[in-house]
Amino acid sequence: MSKSEIRSPLPGTFYRKPSPDSQPFKQDGDVVTASDVIGLIEVMKSFYEIHAGIDGQNVSFLVDDGDAVMAGQVLAEVEQ
Amino acid sequence: MTIRSLLIANRGEIAVRINRAAKALGIRTVQVYSQADANSLAVTLADEAIEIGPPAARKSYLNIDAVMAAATAAKVDAVHPGYGFLSENADFADAVTGAGIAFVGPSGEAIRLLGDKVAARKVAAEAGVPTVPGSDGRVANVEAARGIADRIGFPLMIKAAAGGGGRGIRIVSSMEEFERQFPQASAEAAAAFGDGGLYIEKVIEKARHIEVQILGDGENFIHCFERECSLQRRRQKVWEEAPSMTLKSHVREKLCASAVALAKAVSYRGAGTVEYLYDDATEAFYFIEVNTRIQVEHPVTEMITGIDLVQEMLRIAGGEPLSLRQEDVRVCGHAIECRINAEDPFRDFMPAPGPIHELEVPDGDQVRFDTLLYAGYEVSPFYDSLLGKLIVHGKDRADCLSRLRAALAALKIVGIPTTAPLHQALAADPDVAASRYHTRFLEPWLQTVFAPAQGGKEVAR
Repeated sequence: MSKSEIRSPLPGTFYRKPSPDSQPFKQDGDVVTASDVIGLIEVMKSFYEIHAGIDGQNVSFLVDDGDAVMAGQVLAEVEQ
Repeated sequence: MTIRSLLIANRGEIAVRINRAAKALGIRTVQVYSQADANSLAVTLADEAIEIGPPAARKSYLNIDAVMAAATAAKVDAVHPGYGFLSENADFADAVTGAGIAFVGPSGEAIRLLGDKVAARKVAAEAGVPTVPGSDGRVANVEAARGIADRIGFPLMIKAAAGGGGRGIRIVSSMEEFERQFPQASAEAAAAFGDGGLYIEKVIEKARHIEVQILGDGENFIHCFERECSLQRRRQKVWEEAPSMTLKSHVREKLCASAVALAKAVSYRGAGTVEYLYDDATEAFYFIEVNTRIQVEHPVTEMITGIDLVQEMLRIAGGEPLSLRQEDVRVCGHAIECRINAEDPFRDFMPAPGPIHELEVPDGDQVRFDTLLYAGYEVSPFYDSLLGKLIVHGKDRADCLSRLRAALAALKIVGIPTTAPLHQALAADPDVAASRYHTRFLEPWLQTVFAPAQGGKEVAR
């Protein structure tokens, strides 16, 4: 089993939840499919959905809700 | 009280603009900044700078306690809130004045009143300002609604009273459709907003957005004519002009007088903007709202009138009476402003923060570039995408457009994509040159004129 990385295409603020009062899109340990949204990036007051881009399992997030991220930074890892 | 020191509770190009206006009046400036803005131009320009928190605006520029702590520590005489952030927050205005500091803007009470859409509409109507025909508040049921719909005519909008920002709006074009949609809209509003209340408003098709600049010192009130801001994308202004190209002089007179009447009705103090929808076909104008702050596009008014609106705001806040009478305000020529944003117009306006490697700004006494940029600056992802405003003046609109094309060609921002190519295309467009546009012009134009002209480049779908 190998690990794959999900990277942020944009710099900005990473959110794991669709809104402050919601549940996270994904919890650590969840299964993800390529089309799943795993978080949002807020950049210049616009929000962009971040898709997993790959199928995998046991997702683990490396960035907390509300953290600043750089373009290309690894947001999460999944096992394939 | 003469203002000797000023706290600037904002960032970006407007913080730079306020710093320069204050210095021109001999006022010492204190710039607040978030951790992301330590290297900003506004911080460099200011006499003193105070960090107020982390990059996220809610923890810094929107944090009333943090801004007030800075104002108190710096012992300033006044606070200028700029636009956005806390500029229209009545509690902030109250906190500033409560601390014995002058707020550069109207009273908290006036901000509160004019910020409430229903209350502002009522004030406008009482001052004799035409409002969009509609139900004047909630409609009890479909029977009551039928009579109102009959009176105002179709097409009309059914709006959720608790909605906002374009949500909870349905447009219907016949009584049959209206009767079918009304109960659905009510149920949907109840589900979405926890409030099924609805109100009705006439749809003004092909409206222009025209706004009037007002100034008041609490006793005297004047206007500085109008701006035309119809070129919008997603309800955000992209390009603004002054004066309007289409208003006939008797309509302009009525429009500007109505804005002054509104200012007088609330004893307005400071600079403000009264926004209207204008219908070319009927020459009717309708009140939308009042913005109780300096507006992004204020420079086009400055270019045609020669008035420095930010300096005037500072003088009013210092207790001076208006330095101008209405008859002193005259329109000279035409001005256009292009908002240069850090967005890629070829990739659906994707925001594009990043480093600025080179910057070349057009010069000339009829050209102005209000910006936060300098070569070597890193544009932050944490705030809005406005990099600067290119403002050009000409002796008439044709002269202005030709100078604008030259200025856009001379503007070089190297490092990140910007919306400058969009403005080059607009400045060359025959419909724009002929003033044939309205608030719903730009979005279809981007699909049908702008995108196809870009050939092989990746474009918005």
